[in-house]
Amino acid sequence: MKIKTKYLNEVVIEEEKIIHFEQGIPGFQEEKNFALLDLPNNDLLQILQSIETKEIAFIVTNPHIFYPAYEFTLEDYVVDALHIEKEKDIAILTIMTIHEPFAKSTINLKAPIIINTRNKKGKQFILNDETFKMKAAISNSFNHKGGEAEC
Amino acid sequence: MLVLSRKKQQSIRIGNDIELTVVAIEGDQVKLGVKAPKNIEIHRGEVYEAIQMANNEAVHVPVDVIKLMKNNPL
Repeated sequence: MKIKTKYLNEVVIEEEKIIHFEQGIPGFQEEKNFALLDLPNNDLLQILQSIETKEIAFIVTNPHIFYPAYEFTLEDYVVDALHIEKEKDIAILTIMTIHEPFAKSTINLKAPIIINTRNKKGKQFILNDETFKMKAAISNSFNHKGGEAEC
Repeated sequence: MLVLSRKKQQSIRIGNDIELTVVAIEGDQVKLGVKAPKNIEIHRGEVYEAIQMANNEAVHVPVDVIKLMKNNPL
């Protein structure tokens, strides 16, 4: 099916790849269906695009790229809501708030996106843990790689 | 909004399986105990609102992401 997207104009997606957020995403409760799209020439970031609303798209990334030790306990209500049976079915993404320059961008470690890759159900999980920041810096991890994002 | 007065150790029940109990009152702070099934999501109001705001901010970035990424290939 064809969908209109915020960043990539019109794209064709396979319907079986649509991720269902039964309760939407906080702030966007009416958006129930999203597609995960690749950002051209970029292996680090993806786009979580609403199927229904062109303007609603999140830039997402794998939090472990920036915070390799990031881990948390998934609450039962998430396991139930997404019908998770096996740990290996779980994918974790984090929403990035882009800033210019890019190195100033932040990721939301307090509320990761959990996806059951087997049944394509997704949910934003709000951690009751004070250690994780809603606006965690990404820049430190870039400096270790030689600071290629500094410009 | 329904408003109910409760004293320490008194509770209210919501539906069949949710119980909110006033555990302690210390000055302007009230400690609430929530008994609910494990599939019920419970958050402090301001935390949930902060996540909503953060999501909104992430969607409405005043930055041309595609152009920014072209100039910062990763």
